[in-house]
Amino acid sequence: MPIIQVKDLVKRYNGLEAVRGVSFDVEEGEVFGFLGPNGAGKTTTINILCTLLNFDSGTAVVNGHDCRKAPDRVRSSIGLVFQEVTLDNELTAYENLKFHCYMYNMEKKVAEERIDEILAVVNLSERKGDLVKKFSGGMKRRLEIARGLLHRPKVLFLDEPTLGLDPQTRSHVWEFIKGLKKSEGNTVFMTTHYMDEAEACDRIAIIDNGKIIACERPDELKRAIKGDTIYIKTSDDEKARAEIEKKFGLKPKPVETGLALTVEAGDKFIPKLFERLTSEILSVNLKKPSLEDVFINLTGRAIRDYGPNARPRV
Amino acid sequence: MLSYKAIYVITLREFKRFYRQKGRLVVTMARPLIWLFIVGSGFTRLIDTGAGVHYIQFILPGIVGMTILFSSIFSTISVVWDREFGFLREMLVAPVSRVTIVFGKLLSGTALSTAQGAALLIIAPFLGLGIGLDGFLITVFLMFLVALAITAFGLFIASFLASLEGFNVIMNFIVLPMFFLSGALYPVGTLPVWIRVFAYINPLCFGVDSFKHILLPGEGRLVAEFPLMVDIAFVGAFAALFTFLSALVFERRK
Repeated sequence: MPIIQVKDLVKRYNGLEAVRGVSFDVEEGEVFGFLGPNGAGKTTTINILCTLLNFDSGTAVVNGHDCRKAPDRVRSSIGLVFQEVTLDNELTAYENLKFHCYMYNMEKKVAEERIDEILAVVNLSERKGDLVKKFSGGMKRRLEIARGLLHRPKVLFLDEPTLGLDPQTRSHVWEFIKGLKKSEGNTVFMTTHYMDEAEACDRIAIIDNGKIIACERPDELKRAIKGDTIYIKTSDDEKARAEIEKKFGLKPKPVETGLALTVEAGDKFIPKLFERLTSEILSVNLKKPSLEDVFINLTGRAIRDYGPNARPRV
Repeated sequence: MLSYKAIYVITLREFKRFYRQKGRLVVTMARPLIWLFIVGSGFTRLIDTGAGVHYIQFILPGIVGMTILFSSIFSTISVVWDREFGFLREMLVAPVSRVTIVFGKLLSGTALSTAQGAALLIIAPFLGLGIGLDGFLITVFLMFLVALAITAFGLFIASFLASLEGFNVIMNFIVLPMFFLSGALYPVGTLPVWIRVFAYINPLCFGVDSFKHILLPGEGRLVAEFPLMVDIAFVGAFAALFTFLSALVFERRK
């Protein structure tokens, strides 16, 4: 049974539909990405699944519990890392984690063990007794993710986990999320508007204007849109062009660096090219379509064309 | 329905935050002393109280009440603070009831205020008001009740406010009238009737009056104005009403 089941979910704010009939399932152990521009309904959906927000119609079930009928049970099954920092700056890393353990009704002994264990995972053991206000943005993020995992949730929700971080910290946090899936086997549900992050998910749903417009594995999404582009340079480009046209029935385009041709599965096509082309190949370059291309193709706009939206409040 | 571990850790957090904010600690201790020894000494020379009570002695129950008032209201700012800085979401997403969170905030605010009031009470003997251990304990109980009433009231208001500026504006309109209409600086019986009406719905007025019963026993113009049982009943009912209301508001807000 899928660990998250969402069917025909609708949420209105003052008569305006923010989420307009969203349906999807997330399997246990998956890293599931919610990709879309600001204001598309990502955070609204996550808040509904975390029982922080009511909804107007449809069903949402997390870990077998209905979000509307059994919110307490849903809250016990999930961990949540918010878009903005929600740590107490006046407390130490340890005290923030202890607060969380007690809110989740853990025994003192278990709490102490888990805190030490999780601090080691996020490389913050040495900063255990330091006030959080002295931490950098990346360290705070890691501590928040650690906190979200303390009570061993079945599903970890990450709302834009790398928002506002510098590229180096971003990749660090991201490596950690990927490692998590391997070591703990958690299901991870995350929202993002970074294309490269979405590509690292097992499956992604593309959401725009409160509706899911595609929900697939990233490579399949890309395959469905258009083929890969292969750039080659040969000893005699003119001769090679004629040869490719004749032998493969393709129409290579001459570009600055040589020839460019679009094929469906570029990785499988390259060996054939080497096998059957008589002119010597000097260089080969394969470009897979990006999710950015997918997004443009589905919506007709680039994801960065959207303006920022206001920060959600409880 | 209530998670005691959660209430404990919410309270613990507020105590740690209080202890770490040294500025708050200093202000808390300094404000009542300034009132007592500067304002109190000044007026003592000016005002002939007639009866055996000196003015500086008369205002001690009121200054204890003021300390509790400021401390309780200030502690409820943490709800607004937590909302503004996101920490409230960490609490709301935990598998505890909203009532648990309200009780945690209520208990921490009440306990902090009571502790500060009790600390101030230590100077009573130095002002010539010997109350003995039993008097001290009874006063601490009365302070707890007053602190509970005002914290619950503050919590109710704070749960509607989204920003710290809003909190400051609202609270200044509530805190100062509450203090001046509490009988702390002058008996409320001397006020014109239309103002006295507001004193009679002010929990601090009955609270301060209850302290006077213990701290200023005897006869005269400057002693308690209502029966002690009336004081306790009013403050208790006020505390119960606003505890209920703030739990209700918290439960409804999504």
